[in-house]
Amino acid sequence: MGETPNLQELLRDWPDRPDSLIPVLQEIQDQFHYLPEPALREVAGHLRVPLSEVFHVATFYNCFSLEPVGRHLVQVCLGTACHVRGAPRVLDRLLRDLRLGTPGTTADFEFTLRTVRCMGCCGLAPVARVDANTYPHLTQAKVPGLLKKYRRKEQAQAAD
Amino acid sequence: MPRLQSLEDLEARRAACVGARDPAKPCLALCAGSGCTASGAPEVLEALRESLKRAGLEETVELKSTGCHGFCEKGPVMLTWPEGTFYNQVAARDAKEIVASVSNGRRPVERLLYRDPTSGERVQREEDVPFYRFQQRVLFGNNGRIDPKNIDDYLGVGGYAALGKALTGSTPEQVVDWVKRAGLRGRGGAGFPTGKKWEVMRAQPATPKYLICNADEGDPGAFMDRSLLEGNPHSVIEGMIIGAFALGAREGYIYVRAEYPLAVEHFRVALAQAEECGLLGESILGSGLDFRIRLVQGAGAFVCGEETALIASIEGHVGEPLPRPPFPAQKGLWGKPTVINNVKTWASVPVIVNRGPEWYAAIGTTGSKGTMVFSLVGKINNTGLVEVPMGITLREMIYKIGGGIPNGRALKAVQIGGPSGGCIPASLIDLPIDYEALTEAGSMMGSGGMVVMDETNCMVDVARYFMEFLEEESCGKCFPCRKGTQRMREILTRISQGQGAEDDLKLLEDLGWMVRETSLCGLGQTAPNPVLTTLRYFRDEYLAHVRERRCPAKVCKQLITYSIEPTLCDGCHACVHVCTTEAILGEKKAAHTIDAAKCIKCGACLEVCQPKAVLVT
Amino acid sequence: MPKLTINGIEVEVERGTTVLEAARFLGLPIPTLCHDDGLTPYGACRLCLVEVTNGPRSKLQAACTLPADDGLVVQTHSARVERARQLLLELYVATTPQSKTIQDLASRYGVTRVRLTPEFEDCIQCGKCVRICREQMMAGAIGFAYRGNRRKVMAPFRPQSDICRQCGACMYICPVCELRCHGAEAETTLCSGCLNFAPACLDYHDHAMCFLDPCVACELAGPLRQDLVWPAVKPPESPK
Repeated sequence: MGETPNLQELLRDWPDRPDSLIPVLQEIQDQFHYLPEPALREVAGHLRVPLSEVFHVATFYNCFSLEPVGRHLVQVCLGTACHVRGAPRVLDRLLRDLRLGTPGTTADFEFTLRTVRCMGCCGLAPVARVDANTYPHLTQAKVPGLLKKYRRKEQAQAAD
Repeated sequence: MPRLQSLEDLEARRAACVGARDPAKPCLALCAGSGCTASGAPEVLEALRESLKRAGLEETVELKSTGCHGFCEKGPVMLTWPEGTFYNQVAARDAKEIVASVSNGRRPVERLLYRDPTSGERVQREEDVPFYRFQQRVLFGNNGRIDPKNIDDYLGVGGYAALGKALTGSTPEQVVDWVKRAGLRGRGGAGFPTGKKWEVMRAQPATPKYLICNADEGDPGAFMDRSLLEGNPHSVIEGMIIGAFALGAREGYIYVRAEYPLAVEHFRVALAQAEECGLLGESILGSGLDFRIRLVQGAGAFVCGEETALIASIEGHVGEPLPRPPFPAQKGLWGKPTVINNVKTWASVPVIVNRGPEWYAAIGTTGSKGTMVFSLVGKINNTGLVEVPMGITLREMIYKIGGGIPNGRALKAVQIGGPSGGCIPASLIDLPIDYEALTEAGSMMGSGGMVVMDETNCMVDVARYFMEFLEEESCGKCFPCRKGTQRMREILTRISQGQGAEDDLKLLEDLGWMVRETSLCGLGQTAPNPVLTTLRYFRDEYLAHVRERRCPAKVCKQLITYSIEPTLCDGCHACVHVCTTEAILGEKKAAHTIDAAKCIKCGACLEVCQPKAVLVT
Repeated sequence: MPKLTINGIEVEVERGTTVLEAARFLGLPIPTLCHDDGLTPYGACRLCLVEVTNGPRSKLQAACTLPADDGLVVQTHSARVERARQLLLELYVATTPQSKTIQDLASRYGVTRVRLTPEFEDCIQCGKCVRICREQMMAGAIGFAYRGNRRKVMAPFRPQSDICRQCGACMYICPVCELRCHGAEAETTLCSGCLNFAPACLDYHDHAMCFLDPCVACELAGPLRQDLVWPAVKPPESPK
């Protein structure tokens, strides 16, 4: 897993000015995989920004999450080109296969499913990303195979 | 790389780059943009490298990764030089043959050449491929030639010559005048005359002054800025430095969306290289101009493409727009005069300085000069990025360049301008594409997204889709946008479910008018465009939904039924295997039936049925 | 000193004045919800829109945030402004029908029907509570959170703030909470009780609970406001 990220070290890299807020939160999100409450309180104090404002920024942007995310982040593009080429069906299939009612994190914290509005690969619609890998020309038939690549062995067998 | 202290140093370096290149030396240039990367370009690159090594050709043949060529549908793509041969859909296993062809009298690998769908002929050179032949790639032309991570490549194609010319051969006022006379209009969407914006900023007494490059390309379906940032970041940097000279700015920012990691990486590399040779920093080329650019990443909010929201985001706030006036050119970042322009606008500046404003103004129409970059996507054979002179017709775009609609279907509409734009019906296919003509038709140029739709797209569903997008991305500050988009989406959903009334159409028009007139920022002001244009041009589709509870395009789930035509079904059982709700019943070799109660209309069976026995009514 | 024209009247003001302040100086009534003289202008409710007619295309702008610039030509009651206000208020009533402040505004500006289903929210997000907490009470205990129609006013993380001094300023300044309708038909949109000669609330209370402008009895009798003679409008029934 790697060593526990150190918040104090992270904050030391940034000048204690309000415009450091978003880059700092981006780094915390990167290292901790979400924005824990104590970290946000620490950031508010360090940058001298009211906590209510830090909270607004943390809840305003799509990249930030106040809840821990799953081991694998699945992002389905619902941009116009992808929509027109059937992305909603791919999304529906992913929701069904992951047993989720709406995009979110699975109960076992293995997957977090999110929708994104355009990753800029419109020529390859429909597109989805799992972690850093992009998968073009998706169809709902390809979904089980795609998820299988990332499921742990025991779960893969159970899902079959 | 040693610091360039003067224009002479720059030209000496350029001459060295050009001199070091042997134009006859074979070169394999593979596209490494996001699209081709997703299609397997890294594996192809590795395979090519391996094959070159095994053939002992690593020294004699150059292998490089270039920026996005724009023809993502046919990716991975590559070019071979000096012939200019264009290969498409290259796979790792093709590497050996490609390398072999380099030494075997340079005969191209036939099966990898582009095949014209109508004539069936193979085309060898890139400029002969219909997709490229009718384009005028003023901004994107170098994407296929240079390695974006190597500043020498950029210098080799004439990069930074415009900067030299501006800094040492003219005055700031002259540069602003050139941009004005060229007629350059902002390529971010609104099309505001760039020269005018620059003039307003120059006239402000307050300092310091700032420049911002808006790279928060949020329109779903648009990826031009991404390709330019990934493929030719220096063209944008050069434009910004010239802008700094013209406008008296010392600091610049580029705000890139979080969803473009490759663009961020390539831009960072380019910035570092420009700084290393002194093209950014203090006293650039000995002229006394100090200028630095900082890269700031977005955090996932479409509204941050709006200039005042973007500025708020850089300052560390939420992306909530501010009222204009005052405009950013008067009071922007930290309350100081700020010029904020789109990626393509900045990249146009070196072109105007190099070729002159008259050359630029000769392209396009009276009101819209220069070229425009469109992302042609959707139901079209050749999807990708298309750079064409303003004034080209939709017909030429779709049929000459786009290769027409696949599966022999009929064109229904073209959505231009993203969620802020509108749907142009097929009847207006001879519309020349320029700012004024599009606005008159009820649409908008926007950032250049062009989504082609055919008879299998439901316009009510399209309007609902865009309203959903805007509702989600609305910042929520002003009442009409926050509540208006929500209510309009609710009405559109009801209509798509067959629960709408005819009065709802007037209500949509009233709400749409109100949201457009009263919203605080451009997001809200243009949010009703998709609904209003579809109501204007496709009213009968709406009427079918509300009067007859019928979806003519057979898309809206509650209004369609899936069934199997018994005379066509051969009982192959393929559909049963893919149906996740066990809604299909039938014995093998006998006609199958669909249980409507269990059917969720996911379309999986339709996708696999060979005899086309699955019917949607 | 900038000189501008409002409704044909020329007025000279100090630099830094807003069009709203200039209009009020002239005695012209412009409705507002999110504005308060003691707080920084916000421009979110959009009720104070005026039509600015100079420039190539005339545009509606919020008067509270529009600087009174030299040469500006403004109309506060043009047909476009009136229509925009009516449609806005129709949406406001549908969002918070129980607020007397909004009911009164709606009836004053000629809203006679509400075609949207009521939502009964408690907040219009005018931001007055957030601003008074931050600017006047120097606390910043509450703020906005989230975005779009999930946006709301709250203390960070949980409903109760750990730094709130319970001064009550937020409750005091809230335009929705300040006056709630307690009449007989509070939960329907636009109690049309007063459209009748005898308002329905008189059956339950000692006096008419709302003072809807214009005085309905005279208007109904006269020829000028025939458009007010509407039955109480409920949202259209969806076809089954």
